[in-house]
Amino acid sequence: MEIPYTVSTRPDTGLWNAKVGIWLFLASEVMLFGGLFSAYIFLRLDAPPGMWPHGLLNVPVGTMNTAILIMSSVTVVLAWAALKMRKYRAYWWYMLATILCGVIFLTVKLVYEWPQKFDHFGAYIKPEELGKYEQYLGNEHAAAKGLPPRLEVTGHLHNRAALNDPNIKEYEVALDPLNADPSNPAMDRPHFFYMPPTDKIATIEKADVQYATMFLPKHSAYFASYFTITGLHGMHVLGGVLVFIYMWLPVSKRLYQRNPEHLANRVEVAGLFWHFVDLIWIFVFPLFYLL
Amino acid sequence: MNNPPDVSQDPKEYEEYAHNVQKHVRGYLMVGGLLLTFTAITVALSYVDFGARKANIAVAMLVATLKAGLVAAIFMHLAAEKRLIYRILIFTGFFVLGLFWLIFLAWYDYPVFR
Repeated sequence: MEIPYTVSTRPDTGLWNAKVGIWLFLASEVMLFGGLFSAYIFLRLDAPPGMWPHGLLNVPVGTMNTAILIMSSVTVVLAWAALKMRKYRAYWWYMLATILCGVIFLTVKLVYEWPQKFDHFGAYIKPEELGKYEQYLGNEHAAAKGLPPRLEVTGHLHNRAALNDPNIKEYEVALDPLNADPSNPAMDRPHFFYMPPTDKIATIEKADVQYATMFLPKHSAYFASYFTITGLHGMHVLGGVLVFIYMWLPVSKRLYQRNPEHLANRVEVAGLFWHFVDLIWIFVFPLFYLL
Repeated sequence: MNNPPDVSQDPKEYEEYAHNVQKHVRGYLMVGGLLLTFTAITVALSYVDFGARKANIAVAMLVATLKAGLVAAIFMHLAAEKRLIYRILIFTGFFVLGLFWLIFLAWYDYPVFR
């Protein structure tokens, strides 16, 4: 059976069918991500002072990933233009570049960024015990500077067993630079380059801790929304890459030889999806990495 | 089937068409360059203290909206699209604004700790 209106336009809509289809789908995607973004806004507006962390993500890596996604958006539109000009060879190379960009993006996210968070530790100190850890929190300095209160000690957890073993009464944490030197004005604002935990070890008694966990979704509303939104976005990137791989394989060359315009339209529709994924990231990046 | 046959391209007409696409390619590259520049600007501005965090958020969202507009208008061809697509998007805009409006409803809807 032949599928109607893959290339020619339908008289009543003035469009070939897949174009209407993808835009309806993208409309539903706007609602999906819109719901998550409104949840983000709500959680953030409602976060008590000091409970919305800043500077925990790696900004240069995030910037690089943003650039990679933007470049892939350019290559996919160039791939489409190459097909329109009937240059299959150029199309093939642009498509390969797009696929590689998508794979690099996902690899950075899944192999580098997320695991680094899973390996990071944070302990929220009980409000009444904050003074005991003043040397790590520097709340007097923060208050004098008009900064939000610091309630959490973060860094690399040396005795991981402490997380689950009730017999271990304290956490040994190699402190992050902020907690190692909290009164240093240079620590008042997040740094552009990632600063690894220092050699300075702090012992934090479990009895003084309100809540302690690795940087997992359960750590905070911030990380819960970060992992949910970047996770869903990552799944979209994966979906796009799989579709592009199909369009790059020899099976699509046969379609090109039979009906080049049909392949061009397929690439256009997949490209629209890809640009949408890029568009979502344009908002995700500043909201989580920078602000 | 009611599917009309694909229009076979007249070679001369096609050449003109391919030439048109070629002209667009330069535009796509320029937009790509602009988007990369705006990304650098967003990162740089986030380290500038605008006095209040709200101001920083507003500036960053303004640049992001500008970038998103470029992607939608040029890469997604929304600058010149058929009427039906705009209609779909007007509906979507209406409902997504409604979704964000719900935040304000919920905001006043439960015991206040803040």
